[in-house]
Amino acid sequence: MSAARWRRAMNTGLAAAPRPLPVAVSARPAGPAAEPDPYADSLAPEWLKFLWRTLGARHVFVLAFVLLLPFVASPFFTFQVASQSLILGLIALSLTFLAGYGGMVSLAQMTVAGIAGYALAVLGTSSSAEISLAWPWWVAVPAAVLIATLCATLIGWLSVRTEGIYTIMITLAIGVAFYYLVLQNYSIFNGFQGLRELKPPTVFGVQWRDPLPFYFLALFWSLAGYGVVRWVVRAPFGIALQGIRDNPRRMEALGFHVLAHRVAAYALAGAVAAVGGILLAWYNALMTPGSVGTSWLINILVIAVLGGMKHPIGAFLGAIVFVLLQTFAIDLIDRERFNLVIGAVFLVIVLFSPDGLLGLWAKLRSRFGPNQAMTSPTRRQP
Amino acid sequence: MKVTKRFWMRSILGAAAAAALAGSAWAQGQPVKIGLLATLEGPFAAGGADGMRGAELAVKQRGGAVAGRKIEIIKGSSDAKPDVAVNATRKLVEQDKVDIMVGPLSGGEGIAVKDYSKTQPQVTFINGASGAQATTLQNPSPNFFRFNTEGAQWMVGLGQAALDKGYKRVMVIAEDYAFPYSQVQGFMAEYCAKGGKVPVKAWVPLGGKDYSSVIARIPKDVDALLVVLGGADAVNFLTQYENAGGDKPMLGGSITVSQDVLNYRGKRRDSLVGTLAAGPVADAYDGAEWKAFVEDYRKNYPVSAGGFPSPSLFAYVYYVNMKAALDGLAAVNGDLSDGHKKYRDALQKMVLKTPTGDVRLDSNRQAIGSTFVIEVVKDAQGNLNTKVARKVDNIDQMLGMKKEEFQMGTRDVPACP
Repeated sequence: MSAARWRRAMNTGLAAAPRPLPVAVSARPAGPAAEPDPYADSLAPEWLKFLWRTLGARHVFVLAFVLLLPFVASPFFTFQVASQSLILGLIALSLTFLAGYGGMVSLAQMTVAGIAGYALAVLGTSSSAEISLAWPWWVAVPAAVLIATLCATLIGWLSVRTEGIYTIMITLAIGVAFYYLVLQNYSIFNGFQGLRELKPPTVFGVQWRDPLPFYFLALFWSLAGYGVVRWVVRAPFGIALQGIRDNPRRMEALGFHVLAHRVAAYALAGAVAAVGGILLAWYNALMTPGSVGTSWLINILVIAVLGGMKHPIGAFLGAIVFVLLQTFAIDLIDRERFNLVIGAVFLVIVLFSPDGLLGLWAKLRSRFGPNQAMTSPTRRQP
Repeated sequence: MKVTKRFWMRSILGAAAAAALAGSAWAQGQPVKIGLLATLEGPFAAGGADGMRGAELAVKQRGGAVAGRKIEIIKGSSDAKPDVAVNATRKLVEQDKVDIMVGPLSGGEGIAVKDYSKTQPQVTFINGASGAQATTLQNPSPNFFRFNTEGAQWMVGLGQAALDKGYKRVMVIAEDYAFPYSQVQGFMAEYCAKGGKVPVKAWVPLGGKDYSSVIARIPKDVDALLVVLGGADAVNFLTQYENAGGDKPMLGGSITVSQDVLNYRGKRRDSLVGTLAAGPVADAYDGAEWKAFVEDYRKNYPVSAGGFPSPSLFAYVYYVNMKAALDGLAAVNGDLSDGHKKYRDALQKMVLKTPTGDVRLDSNRQAIGSTFVIEVVKDAQGNLNTKVARKVDNIDQMLGMKKEEFQMGTRDVPACP
């Protein structure tokens, strides 16, 4: 579906939003075929037709790149750079969804990821046998995601009544409170030392923490997260959410329950962040208070802003730049001063392109490429 | 299909790695790459930078080469968080392909890097300055060596010194994490065994500002306080204790009696005289090797170039570990072939000459070494300074206990109320 077509659908006015849009329904693989399908007579399964309709050349190119990358790159690059970028990108994606489509900047997304990681450590196995309950992974992982999603919903419930800077403040407060809780609680969270040796299980005879399997695990969930966000923002719920972002009072007058939509957005973003949190716990093989400290709350915001919040892919672009800088900046200049490079690159990107890397790309396209909008079809905030 | 492909790729990579290893073993003149990890960010940034100075000093003393092989140092940085330390180590090991890894600095990092070292058997890991007991006590890694003594070993001798001063009952005030647990255990193991009592232990959060509730809990009948707090926390505590009218004498942990505390300007300043503490280094130690080391440090890193007036604990410990790495390399004539086997044997058997005496390794590759008990004294100009009250040699990680009796220090272990 083209950007222009989508924009038209958006611009038909807010009154059109509550009605299920035809495009949105047909984009759903299992949904009822509401409009005549040009491929209806072929025998190909429904999902294949769906892919054919939605995938463009650049999707295929990127997919081929990410699938082939680990066979070309070194195990180090696959694990530390690529997998870490995917995981941080997934957590930042939850913030991009909340902030870009819901207009709510939450600093507590890393906290939600941390809750999932800690829940996994406490319910599953870790080095602290007296704390961990040693449930099998297929119980512990879904339970951890569920707990984190519930916590995210509660955080949403608390913070949706605020706007702008107050949302940032309240989510920051929640994040810092959680940090101090895990720092000072010894009976469940093991305090300063945290919980160690959180290894992904060995399933189907595969060591899931080896670089290659772990990369594909992270890739699968990142693609899943990306797909879910892309799908939701076109579904009626996503459209309503964007309407609420742009004008909550009008949406309220139209009969939408603004608070419920916002809380639901927090819950969905929480689920995405929770999956990222599980992967992050496995990646680091430990959960310590440092993983949910203030610096990481801010880092997730940095990643999201760096990439650009106009499109879900921005979160992953931001994460790639962030991880590359964190890993290799120390090779560039004097090793005592490498944080300067990191800061300078961030500053330059944000200074020259308020929309992050995506905005930079769009600027280049509009200057050199064919005249076509590259940013997401979401409307700019007034 | 994918699985076969993966194994195929792996075997190619493995063959390439094996070929590279075999090649380097024969090339005697090739440089040895040593990764050096310390905290150049975060709360221990100053200590980390001094640690790097100590390690570089060891390389300088060897003229930058061992057995004809040039020593190439590749630095990494962390911020005292375990995950960051493992990421930085992984980069040095897997991306920069170092042969030997020296680091990290703090306790939690040490445990995480030790866990990681098990997955990289082709590299020899030598500790930087981390001092958690668990690193070499619980699931030790066959390629992780530690040539410095740890937190509990640093406190041996203080218990006896406290009893000699007539302190029969002591209250403990310490920060609530692994390193102070070890320190308190090192003190109590000896103190309790010799008849001392510790009726109350107060664990306070790291970086705490308000000690009033702790001060209110100090019983009337204790003879002294064991204060295991880091620099700024110790000064905060002292100020508040003075304001509350406290007058008990003090015993300090290894990082408590630092220059910040000695520069304390409060009314109770004179009551600091006589304070006992223990640690692996003592500025005032008058051994010839120690004096030569301090002289060398001052020459290479004068205060004008960012050095400290006297090498810090971190500089010293990094120096010792880097020296061990290089001495081991010299002992095998720079030969790192056969997967470091000969090199590791050499490290294991080595009697390392350090500025504070000889260090050997136990079967878990943990140092057996010396500790100093120091006392705060007032010099002729009225400045507070430390003097060495006693030097205890040959302290092992079991603190003289039998292996079956030994339990690692926690909030509740040991206890003698």
